[in-house]
Amino acid sequence: MEGNMNLTLQVWRQKNSRTEGRMESYKLSGISEDMSFLEMFDVLNEQLIVEGKEPVAFDHDCREGICGACSMYINGRPHGPLQGVTTCQLHMRSFKDGDTIVVEPWRAQAFPVIKDLVTDRGSFDRIISAGGFISVNTGNAQDANSIPVPKENADASFMAAACIGCGACVAACKNASAMLFTSAKISQLALLPQGQAESAARAKKMIAQMDEEGFGACTNTGACAAECPKGISMENIARMNREYFAAEMGTKE
Amino acid sequence: MATSPKLDAKIPDGPLESKWTKYRSTVPLVNPANKRNIEVIIIGTGLAGASAASTLAELGYKVKAFCFQDSARRAHSIAAQGGINAAKNYQNDGDSVYRLFYDTIKGGDYRAREANVYRLAEVSGNIIDQCVAAGVPFAREYGGLLSNRSFGGTQVQRTFYAAGQTGQQLLLGAYSGLQRQVGAGTVEMYTRHEMLDIVMIDDKCRGIIARNLVTGELERHFGHAVLLCTGGYGNVFYLSTNAMGSNVTAAWKAHRKGAFFGNPCFTQIHPTCIPVSGDHQSKLTLMSESLRNDGRIWVPKKQNDNRPADQIPEDERDYYLERRYPAFGNLVPRDIASRAAKERCDAGYGVGTSKMAVYLDYYAAYERYGKGEVNKRGIHNASHDQILELGKAVVKEKYGNLFDMYKQITGEDPYVVPMRIYPAVHYTMGGLWVDYNLMTTVPGLYALGEANFSDHGANRLGASALMQGLADGYFVIPYTIGAYLANEIRTKAISTDHPAFVQAEKEVKDRITKLLTIKGTKSPEAYHKELGKIMWDKCGMARNEQGLKEAIQEIRALKKEFWSNVKVMGDADEFNPELDKANRVADFIELGELMCLDALDRNESCGGHFREEYQTEEGEAKRDDEGYMYVSAWEYQGESAWELHREELNYENIKIAQRSYK
Repeated sequence: MEGNMNLTLQVWRQKNSRTEGRMESYKLSGISEDMSFLEMFDVLNEQLIVEGKEPVAFDHDCREGICGACSMYINGRPHGPLQGVTTCQLHMRSFKDGDTIVVEPWRAQAFPVIKDLVTDRGSFDRIISAGGFISVNTGNAQDANSIPVPKENADASFMAAACIGCGACVAACKNASAMLFTSAKISQLALLPQGQAESAARAKKMIAQMDEEGFGACTNTGACAAECPKGISMENIARMNREYFAAEMGTKE
Repeated sequence: MATSPKLDAKIPDGPLESKWTKYRSTVPLVNPANKRNIEVIIIGTGLAGASAASTLAELGYKVKAFCFQDSARRAHSIAAQGGINAAKNYQNDGDSVYRLFYDTIKGGDYRAREANVYRLAEVSGNIIDQCVAAGVPFAREYGGLLSNRSFGGTQVQRTFYAAGQTGQQLLLGAYSGLQRQVGAGTVEMYTRHEMLDIVMIDDKCRGIIARNLVTGELERHFGHAVLLCTGGYGNVFYLSTNAMGSNVTAAWKAHRKGAFFGNPCFTQIHPTCIPVSGDHQSKLTLMSESLRNDGRIWVPKKQNDNRPADQIPEDERDYYLERRYPAFGNLVPRDIASRAAKERCDAGYGVGTSKMAVYLDYYAAYERYGKGEVNKRGIHNASHDQILELGKAVVKEKYGNLFDMYKQITGEDPYVVPMRIYPAVHYTMGGLWVDYNLMTTVPGLYALGEANFSDHGANRLGASALMQGLADGYFVIPYTIGAYLANEIRTKAISTDHPAFVQAEKEVKDRITKLLTIKGTKSPEAYHKELGKIMWDKCGMARNEQGLKEAIQEIRALKKEFWSNVKVMGDADEFNPELDKANRVADFIELGELMCLDALDRNESCGGHFREEYQTEEGEAKRDDEGYMYVSAWEYQGESAWELHREELNYENIKIAQRSYK
């Protein structure tokens, strides 16, 4: 036992997409404040295995906040109480002894549950496949410094490109809208000269795919940006809307 | 020593500078109509896999790509922080293809193949062009042109970067190219699928057996060729900077079916990671090497000094890298920086509660940048505090995300107290042995990126892994695969009812059944931790003969125990991360034994392989070029049995020297 925190966890358990889920309660003791939230789940799972119970399935990989795999809805907030971090970077020092912590999967029609806290976010990949790229085959490129990009635009493009595709924006949104995710990619490419040639088609196709996947509409509540672990700004949504309207009108700007 | 007849590296003739150009222009081609009938399987969607998949699909091949993650975008290349090297010479500081080649060979302690490394340096510039064209938002200067920084082991500024998220931006670039092909129907994408064996027909690799990780179903897939782009095996140490899912399974299955394993003991221990905080630790977090550009590394001059950093006066601090290596200072290559930190900590000069850490201090950088800002803004009589504040703002712009991450993990504010760092397992230079075409010793089976052994010798320089992954995928394999596939145009797709597929699937199924029916008492995780401890203690930053021999015995005992006492929960026909883990840990255990065997064979110290018996009086690595200037390629011959084949390394364009950064 490494620490002295005692916790009660309420965790969503669901065998697979065909069966109904339910909340289960678990007691944990000896949790150290230096543990990450996922390491606390490792302790829980080792304990469940010893008891002969099935461990909780959850998505995780890099555990340093960049791959976007981890996705726990903690006490009613995607990635938990801290701003600007993913679940894997949330440490137990953000909680206190005796706390009850409620952990659910992302909840959205377009992210069906696979098992326990694991959801299927393939809809995000399909949105990217619809147009989230620049059509440049390998070997087509000219010298990298032949296209100067104003630093301001390059920096803004980078800020939008920092999206890790975790889906917290969707989970936070009361409409389960994917506008922040989609707009981040559209913005990244719209801010660069390389992205101009396809910008109209890109906005139309990506938004059409987003709708087809069953994501909700945007009502400008801003929960997405508030909960985004990478600080993706709502300005991107405005930029996407402008791109979209320009594309629909058939002209740029 | 002569090269084993079983190892034909197929290096083209001619002068180094023209080998690739000439080869590229003469390698057999597959005509577009035939490409449509040729199927290529790609395992892994990191930089190497994603770039190879999109490029081969653009060329017209039928591609199937597999990853165990829920999306191709999550491959572990995403976590690379610092940057990507390219010999663009945009900074006019004397860089060239030859210099990048030279630095890489020297940085690798003269254990890499000249022809491969030269090719890597040659295509490095194309990579930057390609990435920029694909919309990768690299850092830029105010004039709108690309920015560069320097990295360990080099004296020029050739590293391109995107804050501390270069890997993320490059991977998302490659991923969007891949998803474009998925959308176009030229790549079939299989996420949450893990390759569990290759299928051999008439001595050629003809496909794979994969497990659908959601349903548990085993699937058979045919391919004219199979590309393993599955990354490194650092997780054999349990604690490493790798992602939790990073594993050796695909490479290991290939090894057991005939692919030789090259230099398995060459492990890179990265000097700047956040130290271990307790037994609960599941992974280690890297702090980018770029931090060594501006930070100064030190420990107290007094042993067991318990004073907080800010109470230790300047003259009682030992900036040991600057002291030992004045020419490169804090920018020595990773292997040297790591060993120097271990040496200080082992000698009792470590800091923090565990005493297994050294300081990485930004105070001097705050002052330096602060003064620069004061001058730039024309502020006269600036107070020292004001200078520090302005300096911190500059540092925040350059490294802000890394500083935030440090604070998140340790609970300490690095803008106020110096960071504590310690070396951790980060990258594996070893991997499947490949020839110049990137083909393994199994015909039709290729290995790209970190999964192969080819370009980094015994130590990889910072910002070279991203370069190699994309070089292999974008600019090497699309050409070299023609050498094999041009002879395969008459091979019709083989039915997956072929007995070889049936047999391979049965073997996979039997193993899964076995894992699930042992029903012992210890979790796969517990075995993984035990293996990691053996490897770190006895095959880690420093090794010796006795320790390695002990480790081999301990690993064999662990393997026996695992197969009689592992407890795997759940069933085969469902989403079951415990089963996935058990499968991977079983392979790591076997690999661990081979790594120790390889380390034991190599009676020298070179790069990331430091044998305590072989060091200079000053404690530097002592290479033995007479005895060990070769690549070790291990052939699997059954349980705990391997035969060593040697590929002699010839340096015709570089003068071999004892590596010095002093």
